[in-house]
Formats: sequence, C-alpha cells, structure tokens
Amino acid sequence: MNEIVCKSIAELRGLLLAKQVSAREILAAHRQHASELEPKLNAFNCFTFELAERQAERVDQMVAAGESLPPLAGVPVALKDNICLEGYPTTCSSKILERFVPVYRATVVDRLHEAGALIIGKTNMDEFAMGSSTENSAFKLTCNPWDTSTVPGGSSGGSAVAVASGCSVVALGSDTGGSIRQPASFCGVVGMKPTYGLVSRFGLVAFASSLDQIGPLGRVVEDVALTLQAIGGPDRRDSTSLNAALPNLLTGIDSDIRGMKIGIISELSADGIDSEVQNSVQAAAATYRQLGAEVSSVSLPNAKHALPVYYLIATAEASANLARFDGVRYGYRNLEAQDLLTMYCKTRQEGFGPEVKRRIMLGTYALSSGYYDAYYKKAQQVRRLIKNDFDQAFQNFDLLLSPTSPSVAFEFGAKTADPLQMYLSDIATIPANLAGIPGISLPCGFGQGGRPVGLQILGPLQADARLLRAAHAFEQATEFHKMKSPVLSAACARS
Amino acid sequence: MKYEPVIGLEVHAQLKTKTKIFCGCPTDFGGTPNAHVCPVCLGMPGVLPVLNRKTVEFAIKTGLALNCEIATVTKFDRKNYFYPDLPKDYQISQYDQPICRSGHLTIKGRPIRIHRAHLEEDAGKLVHAGAAGLHGSDYSLVDFNRSGVPLLEIVSEPDLTSPEEARLYLTELRTILRYLDVCDGNLEEGSFRCDANVSIRPVGQKELGTKAEIKNMNSFKAVQRAIQSEIERQTALLEKGERVVQETRLWNEATGTTHPMRSKEEAHDYRYFPDPDLVPVVVDKSWVSEIAQALPELPSQRRKRYVEQCSLSGDDAAVLAESKELSDFFDSVLSLGAPAKAVANWLMGPTIWYLNENKLEFSQTSITPENVRDLSQAVNSGALSSSTAKQVLLELLANAGDVKTLIEQKGLSQISDEKGLTDLVTKVLADNPSQVAEFHSGKTKVRQFFFGEVMKATKGKANPQVINTILDEQLAKND
Repeated sequence: MNEIVCKSIAELRGLLLAKQVSAREILAAHRQHASELEPKLNAFNCFTFELAERQAERVDQMVAAGESLPPLAGVPVALKDNICLEGYPTTCSSKILERFVPVYRATVVDRLHEAGALIIGKTNMDEFAMGSSTENSAFKLTCNPWDTSTVPGGSSGGSAVAVASGCSVVALGSDTGGSIRQPASFCGVVGMKPTYGLVSRFGLVAFASSLDQIGPLGRVVEDVALTLQAIGGPDRRDSTSLNAALPNLLTGIDSDIRGMKIGIISELSADGIDSEVQNSVQAAAATYRQLGAEVSSVSLPNAKHALPVYYLIATAEASANLARFDGVRYGYRNLEAQDLLTMYCKTRQEGFGPEVKRRIMLGTYALSSGYYDAYYKKAQQVRRLIKNDFDQAFQNFDLLLSPTSPSVAFEFGAKTADPLQMYLSDIATIPANLAGIPGISLPCGFGQGGRPVGLQILGPLQADARLLRAAHAFEQATEFHKMKSPVLSAACARS
Repeated sequence: MKYEPVIGLEVHAQLKTKTKIFCGCPTDFGGTPNAHVCPVCLGMPGVLPVLNRKTVEFAIKTGLALNCEIATVTKFDRKNYFYPDLPKDYQISQYDQPICRSGHLTIKGRPIRIHRAHLEEDAGKLVHAGAAGLHGSDYSLVDFNRSGVPLLEIVSEPDLTSPEEARLYLTELRTILRYLDVCDGNLEEGSFRCDANVSIRPVGQKELGTKAEIKNMNSFKAVQRAIQSEIERQTALLEKGERVVQETRLWNEATGTTHPMRSKEEAHDYRYFPDPDLVPVVVDKSWVSEIAQALPELPSQRRKRYVEQCSLSGDDAAVLAESKELSDFFDSVLSLGAPAKAVANWLMGPTIWYLNENKLEFSQTSITPENVRDLSQAVNSGALSSSTAKQVLLELLANAGDVKTLIEQKGLSQISDEKGLTDLVTKVLADNPSQVAEFHSGKTKVRQFFFGEVMKATKGKANPQVINTILDEQLAKND
C-alpha cells in the first residue's frame, strides 16, 4: 500500500481507471504516511482528512458509475496555510489568526475540488509568507526531509516538504519573491510561480498584492503542469486575474526544444552564488545545449536593484494589507486593553512576530508623507526598469536560466540573526515577481551533504507553457527528479 | 478691519446603486445591523474588491452635469488609517487621478468651480453603549451595513463667499443629483453629507487665510448656521489679534457653536498609494458620450424653459424646478394641454403647502396629471370656481379620485345660473341698505362686502365673474 505515496498524478489515474486502487485507498495511504511523518517534519498546521474523505468518496462514486474522471481525481493535495478553505483554520502561521476560520474558500480551492483533488491539509509557512526558511512560523519549525537539521526554505516550506516527503502528491504555495521556487529548490522538487494573474488570488491572504501569485509544487514537471491547468484561468472575483483563457499547458509539453534560445543571467551566475550551485547550473546549461538549445549569457543590468526595490514595494503593500488584523472583528485580541489605541497596539504587538512587524514598519515608513517619492515611487520606477531589462532580454531569448537560490538548504538558525542575509536567499527569484513573469524551479543537482540544488527557468509573460516544456525536457534528460528524499524513498522501498 | 469669508464645500453623495461599490451586498438603508455584509465589505483576509461599473457610470453622469472633465484613465488608491468602523483599516478612494475634475455649477448666475469629484467606499457605523460618543462608553458595536456603500466626494473650489451662498450651492447640487437619479440626497439618512472649509481674510487681500474644516452638520440650515458661527469666531480671533489655527471642528447643533476635534498636528498621514487589487479604469470615450446623450434635462435648463416657454417668473420657475418629482409632474400636466400659469400656481401653492403640512413627498400623493388637466378645464369652462378648485385639488392629493365625480359628489359645481344669482344679489343689496348707501357716497370698497355675502350664501360655489357682472349692473341701477 505504501508505494502509493511515490506515484505521480498520471500513475494514480491509471490505477484508478484500472480499478486497482480506490481514491479512498490513495487517501488512506497518504494519511498514514503523513501522520507518521508529521511529528518528525512538522509540515502541516492542520490536516483536513474529513474533507479529503468526502472528496475521495465522490471520486470513487464516479469511478463506480463509469463517469469520465476529472484531471486531478484522487490526487492528494496540500494547501499552504494562507489559502482560505472554509471550515478549517487559515492561520498564515501567525498567532494573530490562530483561531481564524474563514466562511469562504479560495477560487483555487473550488477548482481543485472540481478537478477531483483530495485536500489533505494546510501547510506551515513563514508568518504571512514573510521569510525564506519557514522559521518565521509562530507555531513550529518545519524540517527539510533531505536533512532534518536544515530548513526547508520558505515561505512555502510546509508545502515543499509535503511534496518532497510524499505526504501529498502536489501542493499549492504562494510566491511573492520566491516563496514557491526557493523551498522547491531546497527540497528537491519542482515549484512554479506562474505569470502574475494566471491564477486567481481570491482567497489567498495577501502579503504584497502586486507580487503574490499562487502556484503548484510537485515531484515531476507534468504534475505541476496538471495542477496549474486545474487551478489557473480567469476569475471574476480577482480584478487582476488575466482575461485570456488558460492555454493547454500539457499539449506539446514533451516536444523537443531544439533551436530554443536560452540565456544564462550573468548577474546571477557569479558573486554571491555558491560554487556548487554555479557548477550545477553550468551543467544544466550543458544539458540544454545537448538537447539542441542555443545557450549564451545575457545581462540584466538592473537586476541588482531587485532586492531593495522588492523590500520597498512588498513591505509598503504589506503595511496596508496587514492593517486589518486589528483585533476588532476576528483573530487575536488583547483583552486587557481599556481603550481603543491600547487594544490596537497590544493586539498587534502580541499577535505579530518580529519579521512581520519589521516589514510593516519598513512599509509604513516607505509610504509616509515626505518619504513616498524617495522610496515607494522610486522603487516603482526601478521596477519598471527591471521589467524593461526582461523585455529586452526576451527579444533575443526564449527563456532565461539562473540558480533558484544562491545556496543549498542551510541549518536552522543560520540566518535568523541577520535579516539581510536571509533576504539574500531570494536574490535570484525576486526579479520575476517584480516583472510579473513566470518562473519555475526544478532539481538540477546536489550540493554539500547531498542537499538538492534548484535550477530556475524564467520566461516572458504568459509563456508558462514554454517554461513547462523546457523544464520537462530537462527532466526527461536527467535523473535528478528520480532521487527522492530519504523518508520518501524509504516508504517506497518498504513496499 | 473688514473681513470677507472664503468657503469651500466637500459633499459626500451616496450613489443610488443597488449594490455596494466593491461587492454584491445591497445598499439599502437601515436593516438589522450587519445584515448587508459579506467577507469583502467586512475586510476578511484573502478577499478582493471588484469594482461595480454602475458607480463609475453614476460618477461620469454627475461629472458631466457639473461640467467636469472626465478622466480617460482613473485609478483607486488606499487611504490608510485605523478606526474600528473601517474594516480593512484602509479606505479605497481616489487620490491623484479622480474620475472628474475642473467643473462648475451656477448659482444666481455665478459659476462656483468644482475642484474634483472622486469615488470611494463608505465606512461602517459605530454604536456606543452607555455614552453618546466613543469616550465614556462601556463598549462599542460596529454595524457594517454601510461599509462599502459607494460615495462620490464632490469638492468645490473656495469660491463661496457667504453662508447663504453655501446653502444655495448645496441645494442646487442636491437638486442636480436628484435629477440625475444618482443620489437620493437625504441628509437625515446620511446619503448627502457636507463638510465646510471656512477661512476669512481682509477684504481685498488675495492670499487665503488659515482655514478650519467644519464637520457634523445634518441639515442645510445647520451648514448655514455653522459657517456663520465659524466666520464670527474667526473674526473675533483676528480682531483680538489672535491667530486662526488650522484644525477640524465639530458643529454642535444644540449650542450653535463649533468646537475643535483635531488639530493639524494630530492630522493623519494617510499614506495613499495605488490599490494593487484593482486595475486602473480606462474610461472609453464612447461610453462617456453615450452617458452624455442620455443626460436628463437639468434644473438650470428646466428653469430656463419655464421662464422662456411657460412665461413663469424666475422665482416660480426656481420653486417648481427644485423638486424633480413636482416639476416632472408639472411637465406631464402641460403635455396634456393645461395652461402653465394656473397649474404652476396650484402646485407651488396648495400642493407644496399640503406636502409640508403632512410631511409627505410628492410621490406619496395620489393625484394624476389627468386630474389637474380636468381641474383646469373645469375652471375654464366655468364649472368650478377657483376657490373650490383648490378644495378639489387637496382632495385629489389626499385620496385620489376623478374630478367630475368629486364635483358631483360634493356638490361643488359652480353656480353660474344668472337668474338665481340676480335674485341673490338683489336680496343681499336689499338686506344691507346702509352699506348700499355707503357705496353710493363713494366708499366703493364696500362692493367687496356684497361680493363676500353672495359667496357666503352659495358656500363659495358662485361663479365670481357672473357675480361681478350682476353686482355692477344692480349697483348702477340703484344709483
């Protein structure tokens, strides 16, 4: 039974259609596996097995009735805990929302449900998605299944761990500056941030609205593509969602990439990037050459400004987005306060963790009268320049390559004392959010201690299918995706 | 030194859309607290605003009627401040790209410039337990029914020079909004709210003085009084050699004075920035011209027509046109062929008296345009005297009905029978010989007494023209 947790979406579908396994059995296997691993990995804030049970039952009825099965039928999925699911807590791993249970659900949850997925739980994250190691969770530390002394990356650390450890087949995360791609890289799985607007943000608790994007994580590119296909597309409830119908992301995913022009971002291949990571990316470039792509280097001169620009825009938006957590209507409230101002101050002082407070203060400052032009406005202008760099690059290149993160997974506590060091983890991923373009991270090697290295591929706006095709081609040409984290390979071996 | 006031007004007009500006909740006034709410207007985590297109249409409509430039691209911004009635702790408003700019409206032939008009969402309402305000209350409750109700904030330039002008501006603005059917203009329900910026300066000085913003005025009369009181307060300060402080002041209806709410030093830094949840609105030119073509006749145009085509006086035209309902009704009666002047008199006189007396809106009456046409025909044909016509009019306002039936039922038919009236006049003159003598000695005013006696005898139903003719004949005979 245990080998079920090693399967891909296509494999599970085959088993379901052949009636070799039921959706309830798929769920039971994952439930058992996840329950066993949870004390060790701390990937989940809560499980939603009762819901998954009902969804599995529905799939089994469809199988019994001989109905055509929806694309994610019987696929266990984990949701990052900033995606609203009615009836279960949506905490954002923050004390301030510890007991918050929404009465509504995100558009992506509706779509997963329609696609026949089984939602098994909500995953741990950096508080309000602010962080790169999941250490900013108010609740617990999530461990990287490759090496439990290291962080899983973040902020979607719990989702990356759920997938890498086999607790779920795929998971949803959110990516504001790399929060899907960087943990995917650290945990040796595939993670994609789609084009801004491709996936509805309705029901995603906002961190920085102009940068946030929901995306899938999976162990293979095809699973990521199938999940994105299910959750993407226009949504009237999100004014920033793209109007264009979602293209078929699976058509042509396995066609070759001969003649494709790929640029290696020079600013992200030298200083500040660990040499083992550089080597893996160089090797990946060589693989692409072997596959018939033309690979050369490309410069994004304004990319070096991405980090400061991001920490002005994201924090400014966050300062407004997080204002609503004020103790008045829901969430944590300090009950001792005798007047309104004290209630506000104590509630937020006690409800938010240090990183969240730091960013609210930064953002409030950046928007303040007298500083707006120098900070927020200037940042928006430089954001435009970064976009222009990409536009220029994509006139000559179909895709761009870089490492996902400057390093492999680091030990707990290694960067918590110095926020700037932590922020640098996202140096390679942030530019895509500022430009709104799609980015994907996939395993491309292993560094010290056998920790996974991630390759990032970036494409122009709405070239999500092209990105998946290139990632798929790389995956087919390499063996990295077949390497599983110890806890998952152990489960597979036991069977 | 002689000072002159400089006044600018900010009006928050609640737009009469069926649903709120960023969600599908109804905008109905009243209702059980928190009955008209959803996750969006409650500011729950993760939900997103979606702009109600109708609010933009209403804003454009208003902008066109106020001679504004309509933006080709407009956007929404977040105005950040913490208050329990503001669920997101920011208000979605418009900062530097409002939908309407640079317009004017005309009062007494003078254009008052409109600086801008922008869309925004309303906040909820606090209900304080155990005290009138937040301070001293045991606890406070929040009703979010109003949260997210669309508002159009219309900001004038400081072009108004007296409290009276301010009142005229507000009256005209409200009338325009009602003509456009975009706002019901109800001050008590808060669908039309006004703040005033008041400063004074020595007559002849160009620079503006330091202003105070006055809030909390719940009627046009209150606005006028509050501005007057503020002008007096500022004048007294300057005359004492003191300075006016820039601050927000609250009007107290009971004491008839303003008192400070917060000073400039305590003023908020709203940290406006573009709302990333909403995309800029591109206003299509053809949409604007479509709206422009569908604009109804505006109060100023209507007044002009009444003067030029219906030969009403300027004042009459103004009284009639102030209420869209009443003047729409007037136009319907005219279209049935009734004479303008008589109808106008009935509407401005007895009808407005009846409405005020019974605290009713015109729409709450039962009268039809056909009724008034019939009434006018009855008077013209001599079937009804003008004084009984008033009685019939009041009856129709209150209980509806049919003119002819009412006249018959109530026996109101005018007596025009010459023979009968001649007998009656003869009798009146015979019964009052001393007055007849007075008349002949030159006190011709006594004639009015005879007329009154005849009317009394016929309970007002006698045709006045017939009485006059007979009276003149008889009195001449007696001479």
